[in-house]
Parts: sequence; C-alpha cells; structure tokens
Amino acid sequence: MKAIETHNLTKTFNGVIIAVDRVNLSVEEGEIFGFLGPNGAGKTTTVKLLTTLLRPTSGTAKICGYDVVRQRSKVREKIGVVFQEPALDTELTGRENLDFHARMYGLSRKEREERIEYVLNLVDLVDRADDLVRSYSGGMKRRLEIARSFMHSPKVLFLDEPTLGLDARARFTVWNYIKRLNKEEGITIFLTTHYMEEADKLSDRVAIINNGKILVIDEPEELKNRIGKDVISITCSHPEKLREIVERTDLNVVRTTNNLLVVSVNHGEEKIPMIVEVANENGIRIESISLHKPNLDDVFLHYTGRKLGG
Amino acid sequence: MKLRELQAIYVMWARQMKRFVRAKSRVIGNIVQPVFFLAFLGMGLNKVVALPGSENLTYLDFLAPGIISMSIMFSSAFAGISIIWDRRFGFLQEVLVAPVSRLSIVIGRALGGGTVALIQGFIILIISILLGVKVKAILPAIPFMILSALVAVGFGIMIATFTKDFQGFQLIMNLLLFPMILLSSAFFPIDTMPCWLKVLSEINPLTYAVDGLRGSLMGYNHFPLHVDFLIVLGVCMGVMFLSSYLFNRSEI
Ligand SMILES: Nc1ncnc2c1ncn2[C@@H]1O[C@H](COP(=O)(O)OP(=O)(O)O)[C@@H](O)[C@H]1O
Ligand SMILES: [Mg+2]
Repeated sequence: MKAIETHNLTKTFNGVIIAVDRVNLSVEEGEIFGFLGPNGAGKTTTVKLLTTLLRPTSGTAKICGYDVVRQRSKVREKIGVVFQEPALDTELTGRENLDFHARMYGLSRKEREERIEYVLNLVDLVDRADDLVRSYSGGMKRRLEIARSFMHSPKVLFLDEPTLGLDARARFTVWNYIKRLNKEEGITIFLTTHYMEEADKLSDRVAIINNGKILVIDEPEELKNRIGKDVISITCSHPEKLREIVERTDLNVVRTTNNLLVVSVNHGEEKIPMIVEVANENGIRIESISLHKPNLDDVFLHYTGRKLGG
Repeated sequence: MKLRELQAIYVMWARQMKRFVRAKSRVIGNIVQPVFFLAFLGMGLNKVVALPGSENLTYLDFLAPGIISMSIMFSSAFAGISIIWDRRFGFLQEVLVAPVSRLSIVIGRALGGGTVALIQGFIILIISILLGVKVKAILPAIPFMILSALVAVGFGIMIATFTKDFQGFQLIMNLLLFPMILLSSAFFPIDTMPCWLKVLSEINPLTYAVDGLRGSLMGYNHFPLHVDFLIVLGVCMGVMFLSSYLFNRSEI
C-alpha cells in the first residue's frame, strides 16, 4: 500500500486562487519525499489537504489507503504533523504540551511517561522540559514540535518547512532528527521546503512544485542528471593541447578560451584525476580545476525559467 | 463514547484550568469589575428602585444574581471566542489534526471555560453575601450557573467559527452579547419593561438563565422555575450541537 496517493488533487480559494492544481503523486512507505517549491507554490495548502485540515475542491487523496475526506478520523490516527507556523501552547511547559498531545492520541499513562521521556531525550530538551514554552528559542520550539509529532508513532509524518527561520546549526540538528526518524522508526516523511539543499540532502525523491502544479518528480540525482552533465573548468598552460588529448576519451569539450578548458561530463569528480594524470604525462601545467555539479536550483531554473529563491 | 474521547475532553479542560491558574491578573480583573458593578450600582440605586411585588427584597438583592449571570456569561463567551486566539497562534491546528471528534473538542472547551466562569461566579456570589445580599439557597442555583456557562461558551464558539479576526469579535461582543445581557433582566425586572422590550426579553434565551438563577437564589422569579430550567437546558443542548456542527464544518 502507498503511504500517500493523490489523484488530481485541487484546492481553490474564493473560486479564483488555484493554490493546488491537479496534483498527482504517490509516496512509498518508508520514503522521505521532498516537496520543493518557492513561497506561494502551494506546499502548505497541499499539507493541509493531506492532513484533513482543508477539504479538496476536487480530486482525491489517500493516506495509508484511507480517504482524507470520507475517512478523516482514520487518516488522523495515521499521521503526525509539524506545521509551518509553531502550533504550541506557549502558556504551557514543554512537558505539558507533550502530555496534551499524548492524551489527545489516547496513549495510556505508561505509554505517555515512556514516550515523553524518550522524545525529550531524543531532541535534547530534558533540561528545559518544565519551563514555559514562551521562554524557548525558535530552534527549541521546533525541536519540541518534532518531538511531539512522532510521539504517537505515526505512519506518515508531515513536516512543513521544518527548518524555516533556523540558523545553520539548528537546521543541521533538525536534519539529523529527520534522518533518524526515517531510519530508526521507519516513518514515511513528507517534507516541504524551499531550500534546495534540504530537499537534495534528505529526500529519496523530490517533487518540484510551482504555482500549484507539480513540474517533475524524481530522485535528486536523476533530476540533476536530466538537465545536464557536470561542468569541469580547467585553467592550464596549453589548453589546446589538453583539448586534443581529452577529446580522444569520452569527455565532451565545450570550449577553450585563452588558458581555460571547459569540459562537460557525467560524474565529474571521477574524471578529474584522469585529466590531471594525462596533463602531467604531456607536460601541461594545471593551475586550477573547478567542478560545478548541477543542483536543484538549476533544475528549478530549467523547468520554470526562474530562480528558486527569487 | 470511546475512552480516548473522554481523555481528550479531560485534557482540553485541564489545559484551560492551567492557563486560568497562571493568568492571575486577568482573573482578578474578571472578578473585580463585576464586583464594582454590584457594589456601586447596587448600593447606589438601592434606595431609588422599588421592586414590584416584593417588599423585603432590595435592588441589591435583585441585582446580585444578574451580575453573577453576567460575569459567568461574559467569561464563558470569551472562553469560546478565544478559539480565535488558538487559531491565530497555530495551536488550533494541533487540536484539529488529532483523532478526536469535534463534539469532544467543543465539550472539552465548554467544560474548561465553564469551570473557570463558575469559579468566578462563586467568588462573586460569596462577595455578594458579604455585601449583605440575602441569599435563600445556593444548591438549586448551581444547575442554572452551569447551564448558562455552557450556553455562553457554545455561543462564543459559534462566533469564533464565523469571525476570523479580533475586530469582528469586538463587533459581535458589543452589538450582540451586550444588548442580550442588558435585556436579560439582569439589571431590571421584566414586569416594569415597556411592552416591546418585554417581547425582546421573552425571546432572549439569556432571560431564562438569569430568571432561573434569581429564582433559585432569591426566590424572586418571573417565569416558573421549571420553565426556566427546561428552556435553558434545551437552548444549551441546541447550542452545543450547533457549535460543534459549525466547528466541524469550518476550515482552518
Ligand atoms: N486561506 C487562504 N485563502 C486564500 N488564499 C490562500 C489561502 N491559503 C493560501 N492561499 C494562497 O494559495 C497559494 C499557495 O499558498 P501556500 O500553500 O501557503 O504556499 P507555500 O506553502 O508553498 O508557500 C498562495 O498564493 C496563497 O496566497
Ligand atoms: Mg508554506
């Protein structure tokens, strides 16, 4: 059974704004599925549709085989959510927030005690558990929310821009939790983000969404390969001579200018030693080599004609 | 009902109680204001107003149950409406994705808000007695206090499903709830009202809550007590179901 499956899922607001436009996707159990798109692309709306907070205008969606409209309470039992905006009661302590959640999901007293300790440890909040959430930093609130989201052992976890507004260190910590949850607890994760790097590092597969429409879905490596090869730029003493040698192999020379040779190739990092070697054998002095691998920014640019951030 | 639903109702209630205990300044404000009303309005008009059909009851005696009702209803309506805050601060999403029926969420909220309102109501009742209000019996008043709290919370929840912002809420508070309380016989008896006001009072459900409370506390009522009770009970059940229906239908 698929963890998530949608068929022409559509949501319009006030009859004019098409926030989600005939989205078809299917997420396997145990997968980390990245949902990458700029602000206003429709990521949050999609999450709210899949988590039963909004009703689709048309189309259908199923979570673990349960329909998000007709079997809402079944769906709710299967999912955990970290919303884009914090959804904590800041007048309660961290522990009280967790206890509230545990009781809403019907955990027994023993389960509550065990799970609360377990998740607090996992996100390093044991020391601050009894402070009011009002006094937490942004990163701590995020960690508490992540802890809370999987307390009841959901099958599918939705994370809506979980690292938005966090500094580099806090972001890195959150990435580690996400990976651990997926590996150790086997939770399927639906992760939205507008950070190319995040989608790339964490996801098994990425869907790129823009203006409510999915442009492409694939593994990050495949997406990058699709739009072109790696580019190696070599500055050296005799670029023309190096070009002749290199062209005898399977490398594809793009151009030479002055002392620069630009080569387009698959798996660029594996070709660099070979280039250095042949250059040495032929007495060509290499001054510098740089490798540019296409990233998801380039993929996004390729499909939309504009930059992800802009 | 499933155990989980009961646990959800309990924890919704417990959350309100924790917040209540922690918000001391607001609690004091909620009690001091009605006490001012009672003390100054009651004492000030005590000699001016003569009650029809009762020699031994003063205006202060008449006003006390009205003020208690008013404070319970304002506080409860506010607890219902404060769902707007939960929506604004995101917490409502946490509540709504939980596998708990909307009816349980509404009941939990109503019990939480209602308990807080009742505690405040009782404190004002004790203060009234200290001010010299001649209370006849307290026990039979309790069902009326509970029911009026629940009616008002449900009413507040209904408002919260319509209005997404604080301005709308202010408007409804001032244009709807305040006139309803003024016309509920909290401040003046129905007998002495002009005819058209009487009609408005009689279709106002809050009138029966105030009249019932006054009847059971002071033995001074316009309608028979069982009529008051049945009407308030019916309104309470209607409001609970309607508010959970609206709440269920509304989107984030
Ligand atoms: N409640 C709403 N009412 C009207 N328009 C909305 C609402 N929620 C979102 N939108 C619009 O839908 C589009 C997608 O928004 P959203 O899903 O929040 O995007 P993202 O999460 O990718 O930034 C935006 O144009 C946004 O303005
Ligand atoms: Mg968003």
